[in-house]
Amino acid sequence: MYAAIVFLPLLGFLIAGPFGRQIGARPSELVTTSLLFVACLFSWVTFFQVALGTAPSSTSLILNWFTSGAVRVDWALKIDTLTAVMLIVVTTVSSLVHLYSIGYMREDPHRPRFFSFLSLFTFAMLMLVTADNLVQMFFGWEGVGLASYLLIGFWYERPSANAAAIKAFVVNRVGDFGFALGIFLTFVLTNSVNLDQIFAAAPSLAHQEIHVFGLDVDALTITCLLLFMGAMGKSAQFLLHTWLPDAMEGPTPVSALIHAATMVTAGVFMVARLSPLFEQAPAALTFVTIVGATTAFFAATVGLVQNDIKRVIAYSTCSQLGYMFVGLGVGGYALGIFHLFTHAFFKALLFLGAGAVIDAMHHEQDMRQMGGLWRKIPFTFVMMTIGTLALTGFPLTAGYYSKDAIIEAAYAANNAPAYYGFLLTTLAAGLTSFYSWRLVFLTFFGKPRWSEAGHDAHGSVHGGAGHGQASQEEPAHHNDAVDHGHAGQGGHGHALDPHEPPLSMLLPLAVLATGALFAGFAFAPYFIGEQTGEFWKNALYLGPENHILAEREDIPGLAKELPTILMGAGFLIALLFYVLVPAIPGWLAAHARPLYDFLLNKWYFDELYDAIFVGPAFALGRLFWKGGDGAIIDRLGPDGVAARVVDVTGRVVKLQSGYIYHYAFAMLVGLAAVTTWYIALGIR
Amino acid sequence: MLSVSLSQFLIVAAILFTLGVAGVILNRKNIIIVLMSVELILLSVNLNLVAFSAYLGDLTGQIFALFILTVAAAEAAIGLAILVCYYRNRGSIAIEDINLMKG
Repeated sequence: MYAAIVFLPLLGFLIAGPFGRQIGARPSELVTTSLLFVACLFSWVTFFQVALGTAPSSTSLILNWFTSGAVRVDWALKIDTLTAVMLIVVTTVSSLVHLYSIGYMREDPHRPRFFSFLSLFTFAMLMLVTADNLVQMFFGWEGVGLASYLLIGFWYERPSANAAAIKAFVVNRVGDFGFALGIFLTFVLTNSVNLDQIFAAAPSLAHQEIHVFGLDVDALTITCLLLFMGAMGKSAQFLLHTWLPDAMEGPTPVSALIHAATMVTAGVFMVARLSPLFEQAPAALTFVTIVGATTAFFAATVGLVQNDIKRVIAYSTCSQLGYMFVGLGVGGYALGIFHLFTHAFFKALLFLGAGAVIDAMHHEQDMRQMGGLWRKIPFTFVMMTIGTLALTGFPLTAGYYSKDAIIEAAYAANNAPAYYGFLLTTLAAGLTSFYSWRLVFLTFFGKPRWSEAGHDAHGSVHGGAGHGQASQEEPAHHNDAVDHGHAGQGGHGHALDPHEPPLSMLLPLAVLATGALFAGFAFAPYFIGEQTGEFWKNALYLGPENHILAEREDIPGLAKELPTILMGAGFLIALLFYVLVPAIPGWLAAHARPLYDFLLNKWYFDELYDAIFVGPAFALGRLFWKGGDGAIIDRLGPDGVAARVVDVTGRVVKLQSGYIYHYAFAMLVGLAAVTTWYIALGIR
Repeated sequence: MLSVSLSQFLIVAAILFTLGVAGVILNRKNIIIVLMSVELILLSVNLNLVAFSAYLGDLTGQIFALFILTVAAAEAAIGLAILVCYYRNRGSIAIEDINLMKG
């Protein structure tokens, strides 16, 4: 059954990928989607048996991959509670996304390719979470990287999609570089890449020193930092986050999949999976906390001013991943995973809801062009509201349990980095509430800012005039005036009449909304409450002094209530700004211009990276191209030889003048030369 | 006393001959130069004859050379006379203009 969970999506990929053209779009959809639902069913069964039930955690060997000296790498499925949690997250979201895509992509001509990539994505993620060694994990790790590249660049006619895909791939390579180095170092230290053997060796490695990069450093700290670098890339943490917001260039279901289940959760999962290592490296955990907190705050501030509905949610994901890492960093691995679990529901819900809005608006993504939609698409509105409630941590919804638990744990951890984490995550909670409600108010409330006439050209002239007319809130900005009309579905000639999407898109929303409302309430006791021990069953390792889960209960009431208070404040401010007095945001933007620009341009990270990395890389490439390849290799090599040949033949051609006396003269010269030579030699 | 060997005479003659032939072939403008080149060829042959006659101690060669000189003088006179006539008739003695017989 475990093998079926992992390999059914692969089967779907193998059917829909190479043979999608032969069997047609509809069968491809049905095959991949139904296989995913079967895998999802099995996953829940596994979850109930392994996590909630008493079935032992197991490692089933499938095949030896390679053995080289001391390196022995197997394909194996390691099933314990942590894996079971990840299995349900991945397969549930993925199967719902598959179902949703049937509706969302109904007009796209390349559906078999789309569905095969979705299944491949899921398969790679499942390989990652079931890995029993670091190399198999790396296989899945790279697999999701590849699949994300293919899916972000799915609409390959759009240059922006290609650029985003390449960006995602390249930024992830930076992280993967660290991850690979971390794996090598782990092997050097433990002589094994097998997780169980690494964990067994971990306690004895604490406080050992190792000589790497010309420095003597704490062995486990450097290993964990390198491994965490991989997690930073995959989970879009501060400094390596730039790919995630751009990744929404892909179709919306892909964004949901990337942001909720596959891909970005890989980093969180990896750190939790390697908790025995990280637990021995407190310095690395501190770093995790700081990076997580910074990301949570940074992404939330950027989310405040974005105008693209998907971009707001993308920054929200970035921010929530920061929360997870704060949870992991203070030692509450269960907290991070629990937030991952609940976040998957409401983030998938928000993204799929945003997809429904975009679908209703005929692929309009700019919130300034929306407004007043709740009358037109009430069901989607309700779903989005549920997702927003859960995201902002409204009491009793999913986010309330997981997010507030992380903030409490950060307070309870009682050291300087953790307080930094507490401060920033608390602030971010308020910001989260503000930008989430801003999204809801801008999209669903107020006067409709979409015009019934003249919308037919939105695919082409989106950049200029369209922005100016509806910018009651903020001045038009060309930075994010991306052309969102995509080639597959451009050219709707009729007036815009927002409509509810088809049933296949509404059903996943309803399921996810249920999860977003009740997953926290239902599972909190197991994940982070009283039954933690029986639930996790040693899947997560906690050091002897690590009682963070218990300590977080005993913190001052104010610290406990602060996130909720800020959440309410954020809601009220958003209500004030976007419903009651819509003039305020424009006034604020005009009077705090530098700050507004700073946030709108995402703290100028893209510009900074352009200047530091991209520019020099291009310059270096140009130097090698023009200087090395063009001037030296080509000029001395093929081009030079060819030019000399042309020169020589040019001269030879001149000999062939066609005048008989030239030939006669040549004969004479020859004769004279031969005679001279003969005589000169003959005489002496 | 400086003695000049037969081969050196022959070499000079061969060089003169080659120059003469080259002059005939390379010269594309002036018919008089062609005539002069022809004279040069004749003279180089004369040189050969005289050299061999001296080498072999046989006067026949030198007598023959005198005949050739005579003939060459006559030939030059006739040639120049033809040229003068031709110039009077045609107004030009450039080689490229002498193409009356061309098909």
